[in-house]
Amino acid sequence: MNRNTRVVIGMSGGVDSSVAALLLKEQGYDVIGVFMKNWDDTDEDGVCTATVDYEDVVRVSQQIDIPYYAVNFEKQYWDKVFTYFLDEYRSGRTPNPDVMCNKEIKFKAFLDYALSLGADYVATGHYAQIQRHNGRVELLRGVDENKDQTYFLNQLSQDVLQKVMFPLGHMEKKEVRNIAKEYGLATANKKDSTGICFIGERNFKEFLSEYLPAQRGKMMTLAGEEKGTHDGLMYYTIGQRHGLGIGGAGEPWFVVGKNVKENILYVEQGETNIYLYSDGLLANQVNWINDVPDSFTCTAKFRYRQKDSPVTVEKIAEDTIRVTFKEKERAVTPGQAVVLYDGDVCLGGATIDEVFRENERLQYVG
Amino acid sequence: MIYLDHAATTPVHEDVLHKMYEIEKEVFGNPSSIHAFGREAKRHLDEARRYIASSVGAREHELIFTSGGTEANNLAIVGTALANEHRGNHIITSAQEHHAVLNTMRYLQKLGFHITYVPVDASGKIRVDDIARSITEQTILVSIMAANNETGVKQPIEEIGQLLSEQQVIFHTDAVQAFSSVKIDVNKQQIDLLTASAHKINGPKGVGFLYVREDVGIEPLQFGGLQERERRPGTENVVGAVGFHYAVKRMIEEMEQTVAYYTNLKETFLSTLRDERVQFSINGNIEETIPTIVNLSFPDVKTDIMLANLDIEGIAASSGSACSAGTLEPSHVLQAMYKSSDERIWNSIRFSFGYKNDEQQMIRAAKTIAAIVERLNRKGGMRNE
Repeated sequence: MNRNTRVVIGMSGGVDSSVAALLLKEQGYDVIGVFMKNWDDTDEDGVCTATVDYEDVVRVSQQIDIPYYAVNFEKQYWDKVFTYFLDEYRSGRTPNPDVMCNKEIKFKAFLDYALSLGADYVATGHYAQIQRHNGRVELLRGVDENKDQTYFLNQLSQDVLQKVMFPLGHMEKKEVRNIAKEYGLATANKKDSTGICFIGERNFKEFLSEYLPAQRGKMMTLAGEEKGTHDGLMYYTIGQRHGLGIGGAGEPWFVVGKNVKENILYVEQGETNIYLYSDGLLANQVNWINDVPDSFTCTAKFRYRQKDSPVTVEKIAEDTIRVTFKEKERAVTPGQAVVLYDGDVCLGGATIDEVFRENERLQYVG
Repeated sequence: MIYLDHAATTPVHEDVLHKMYEIEKEVFGNPSSIHAFGREAKRHLDEARRYIASSVGAREHELIFTSGGTEANNLAIVGTALANEHRGNHIITSAQEHHAVLNTMRYLQKLGFHITYVPVDASGKIRVDDIARSITEQTILVSIMAANNETGVKQPIEEIGQLLSEQQVIFHTDAVQAFSSVKIDVNKQQIDLLTASAHKINGPKGVGFLYVREDVGIEPLQFGGLQERERRPGTENVVGAVGFHYAVKRMIEEMEQTVAYYTNLKETFLSTLRDERVQFSINGNIEETIPTIVNLSFPDVKTDIMLANLDIEGIAASSGSACSAGTLEPSHVLQAMYKSSDERIWNSIRFSFGYKNDEQQMIRAAKTIAAIVERLNRKGGMRNE
């Protein structure tokens, strides 16, 4: 049965997608491995960083005996993900390129490519689950609480998810490693990749400065007291404590806002400073995986790997929702995703645009 | 499975395989040894050298065995450049040469040589006029391939030989791709340096030759013993040379038939595509191609998608070259032929034929392509960006 179902799996050269490919192969699917080259880069030794990962894809594909190809999405990645990434920084926000990469590359360009190879499904090594019933699908959190990646998948539509498989969704990361070791997969002991794919292990500040001109400016309290100089607004994120260089007595200082027009970074003192806290937000680029009522309560994540918080959601315009928090939240940041859950079901998500406390818009981005 | 990638490499012919097996089993001596074992090995090596040399009109001491086409091209170009540096530092080649030539030229550029890359027209051909115009007093070498490995278009080597015979300029031709279907005579075509490779003519991998005309100076690129008159030291690959010998023998004896056979295969392939109403165009002037290669462009079907689909259906074809991360690079040959905005650079496939192919395979391959193109078009295809 599975023999006639073609699954094209995105293989990154990491342990997760390696094991995902192995599991599909064992389940008898017609599996094809595909490596995506999204970024053109060379390391200090002049080796294209993608080469090493591709070689691992080749080795694993040889071990589990599946055909493999590589596809180049550098142009699409640049146009759809990196351009967005820079634009968001330019406007003082903190983008989430992984969400955009899933939306535009892995589950769009790659999905199209896979379909053109006659795929019935695409698969990836994400920790998330797909549940199918009555011709609809639901996106569920991965069983491994620590690894759940639905946060990054919140922008996938029903139509897209129909064609997706996540072979690792029901597994713990530890099990995945064990399977890789048991089968002696070439990637069994490979370190998990950290950070954003195109930056890799490099210094973030240095990387960003290659693409965006850094403009030094004033660091001020919201009351207008000058506290020092910042290196460029893009280098700071809401709630950040380190790297401000404000000395003196008293509690530590935190980033509480940005004024892009005047190039001012707002800082306030104290871990629990009220300017770090909000009780509501407006978000756009809304995606619902299944229909939801115009107003409902559920839980939300405002950043990856954060505990869920109870919220009320209201649709207030065609592509805008208002999310009101039951408890105050710290450092909710424009540009990041707000992702909504009903129990283990991921309902969808949106991009945080404005943040409020007691109906007053916070100076997080202005 | 249908193999249509003979320009990449060919299967070893059974007769060749048998000869190689016999030799490898019975003859293991080092040709440089002075005892009976050595003499036996040397006899087979010399027979191969004599036969292959005479097949291109050369004398045996003018033939250097190498590890293949790449080494022969490196030796030809760097070897003559270094040996003739006192006469000049200018070399002429074309934009569509194999990377074994182009990257060797780039190396010489780093050493201070000046390289002129003559252009290629949309028919896939270089013009002799462009070479004539590029020659200066400093010019020491012209390197132009006999037939292009991607389009199969034959280049005017006889005219270039004629042009250069009146000058003090050495003429090298990389005939790796042309060798199997173009009769080469180094005297008639006035070639000074000739590269060929065994695995493109149903011989083994790991052996090729460089013909070096007697009066052409050449510096070695590696150093060691006295083998190959010190121009290519290292214990000889006797079994490889024997395999090469019999591959050439078979090739020469059957060339007339095989040319007719491949020409027919190519026609069957193209006419079936037309019958199936597949939209395609041919890259390079088909009238000037060698019979073993045809390069086709399929509008709106990107190269990597077509190649993967063909592979999934059991048909092996290719295009350009792959980068180290496995993705396809746009072909430098098509880029040389067309404007950079031309979509054919992104949707072309090379099909190349060999002795195990037959008409039935051509029909099946063409019908499979028709089905793939139809399916992709139905899906809205994968449009070029």
